[in-house]
Amino acid sequence: MSSLARLEAESIHIIREVVAEFDRPAMLFSGGKDSVVMLHLAAKAFHPGPVPFPVVHIDTGHNFEEVIDFRDRTVERLGLRLVVGSVQELIDSGELQERADGTRNPLQTVPLLNTIRDNRFDAVFGGARRDEDRARAKERILSLRDEFGQWNPRSQRPELWNLYNGRHTPGQHVRAFPISNWTELDVWRYIAAEGIELPPLYYAHHRQVFRRDGMIRAVGPHSLPTEEEPVETMQVRYRTVGDMSCTGAVLSEATTNELVLQEVAAATVTERGATRADDRLSEAAMEDRKKDGYF
Amino acid sequence: MITPNSDQTGSLFRLATAGSVDDGKSTLVGRLLHDAQAILSDQLASVARTSAERGFDAGEAPGQSDRGELAEQPLDLALLTDGLRAEREQGITIDVAYRYFATDRRSFVLADCPGHVQYTRNTVTGTSTADAVVLLVDVRNGVVEQTRRHLAVATLLRVEHVIIAVNKIDAVDYSEEAFRAVEQDIRAVAAELGSPDPRVIPVSALHGDNVVTVSDRTPWYRAPEHLGQALLPILEELPDADTSLRSEEPLRLPVQTVIRPHQDYRGYAGQIASGFLQPGDRVRLQPGSHITEVTSVERTELQTQLAGGEGMPQLATPGESVTIQLAGEFDAARGTLITDPERPAAELDELTTRVAWLADSPLKPGARVLFKHGTATVKALVTEIHDRLDLSTLTSEAAEELQLNDIGTVEVKLASTLPVDDYSVSKRTGAALLIDPTDGNTLAAGMIRVPEPEEEPEAQSDEEWLSS
Repeated sequence: MSSLARLEAESIHIIREVVAEFDRPAMLFSGGKDSVVMLHLAAKAFHPGPVPFPVVHIDTGHNFEEVIDFRDRTVERLGLRLVVGSVQELIDSGELQERADGTRNPLQTVPLLNTIRDNRFDAVFGGARRDEDRARAKERILSLRDEFGQWNPRSQRPELWNLYNGRHTPGQHVRAFPISNWTELDVWRYIAAEGIELPPLYYAHHRQVFRRDGMIRAVGPHSLPTEEEPVETMQVRYRTVGDMSCTGAVLSEATTNELVLQEVAAATVTERGATRADDRLSEAAMEDRKKDGYF
Repeated sequence: MITPNSDQTGSLFRLATAGSVDDGKSTLVGRLLHDAQAILSDQLASVARTSAERGFDAGEAPGQSDRGELAEQPLDLALLTDGLRAEREQGITIDVAYRYFATDRRSFVLADCPGHVQYTRNTVTGTSTADAVVLLVDVRNGVVEQTRRHLAVATLLRVEHVIIAVNKIDAVDYSEEAFRAVEQDIRAVAAELGSPDPRVIPVSALHGDNVVTVSDRTPWYRAPEHLGQALLPILEELPDADTSLRSEEPLRLPVQTVIRPHQDYRGYAGQIASGFLQPGDRVRLQPGSHITEVTSVERTELQTQLAGGEGMPQLATPGESVTIQLAGEFDAARGTLITDPERPAAELDELTTRVAWLADSPLKPGARVLFKHGTATVKALVTEIHDRLDLSTLTSEAAEELQLNDIGTVEVKLASTLPVDDYSVSKRTGAALLIDPTDGNTLAAGMIRVPEPEEEPEAQSDEEWLSS
């Protein structure tokens, strides 16, 4: 078996285990490439039956339109139920406050935890990969969270062989990461091999952009340049797709899966380092967010 | 040669590293990743920034530090894997860090395990899925208790390959004599534990000797009669899970879930633990003696595509996740094990299992636990503790209880029969978890022993009886 086939078989095994052992699972689906691959694996895991759980999107209110459109089309194609948790609603109601830097990614934790509580989800699939960040590199495939959604890295359960222990007490839930062992390159190789459709902004396109903090930012309703930040049109693509307020583009001419693959293989900077302002906040930014209930 | 992100589809090889505190394990991992060009520029920049902030200077005590230096900027390579705030603050590894790198030959999943005895349960976690373990020994300290413990864990878990990296060889001036003394000790320990004879390599993680390429500074290791090879080429050549899988292994397919989209379709979904499967095969459903026929095997498109498609597209191989249909009506659900009727699993409701005890509170006879095996979980009672392994003498002694990190043998009575294999024959169907029924925590790793079926004395025929 090739490494990709082995990763696929492992992920399908994990998804089936969680669905079999939990009463109310759900899958986070943002329209980003990792969650698209994860949902594709779920569809395979239960073929020819339907995907037996709803998908959850935590909408920051600053998403790219193309991504929301892609999300809705995918949900319709697979006949899924979509549950949306809204950052904007919580800001409007005063439960959350806009951050000084305008970044909304860290604000996703509260609506995520509310959605889990309100829907009584006991397991939530996330598309996090261990190669993305060094705190993620430490997390188990099944990660127990307390009633506040918090990750306790100092007392993780042993996780032995492929025997996943999902036992939890009322109030606790589990985050399950079926593509933990995939790298960015594996994800792209799989997308190419399987012909998986992604939102168009993963491929090179012309876009109005400006430069801020060494990143290329799209001009949009939630991402406006100041007077010192001249707007240019560049050919760019996105390596990760998150909140518009903190996700940067990279210069690229890669318009197809094969060309993107070549680019990713030759990359000298990690995808988060290149394009995510939220991870530059501090050395342990991801660990701190996870301890607060982030995925 | 090495490319940072080889995009060909080589095999996947799982590797775990373990060692005592300050053996330089995180540095070795950092060295492997760095020299295999798996570290991208922003990660290096972040390590350089933190190294400078902490006043890291590898030059101040060459060879005394277990950290590493590279190029102009001294880098604390351990920072590449120590991902938690507490780990970086204390300079120790608390939990397993998974790292990924690829060469032209294969892709690696590396589980960097903690050295502290306190975190042994995390080391057991990292080792349980490994195809190979690289165990570090500081050449100046030689074999210590943690070396024995980690080697015992690797032996107990039956990791296919064990490599001993005798590190800090630079600190003893690349002395062959110092290396040979440690090599001899470790081989003796391995023999006592019944481990396969390990590969032993002199390395300097700090300076990179014998990590990616063979070093000029250990000519005595380089000599062909010692089969001198650097660590990475060895790791590239070791047989992986695929090639180690013996083709004659009997079929084992634990049913994870039943897929039933409509009246006419009932699919049994699971990942093949061992053996092969195709339509027309006769299979047994265990526990129980029902025998039926496989009517269809659904493999994922990708697997079919990569397997070449033609020939036998419905022949599924070990490790694949499949969905199969079976002929006839019967009661099969999650927890059922689909097996080869010629060589079925043993059905036991009382069994002996080796355990690695991973909980803070000790195990005593009479403990009520949940026994998770394959896709089944049943209630169980630990009726007896047979023995515990003494790590200083490497012998098993009688014991009343098992403490945290102890390895021992126990007797378990199950609430219902399970189809099991001996762990040495099949890891997937010979492994079990002991779980605390109250808080759900994982208490122990269990490695089931199935006694060899006793040779039944051949019945004498009446003629023989009468004629003798």
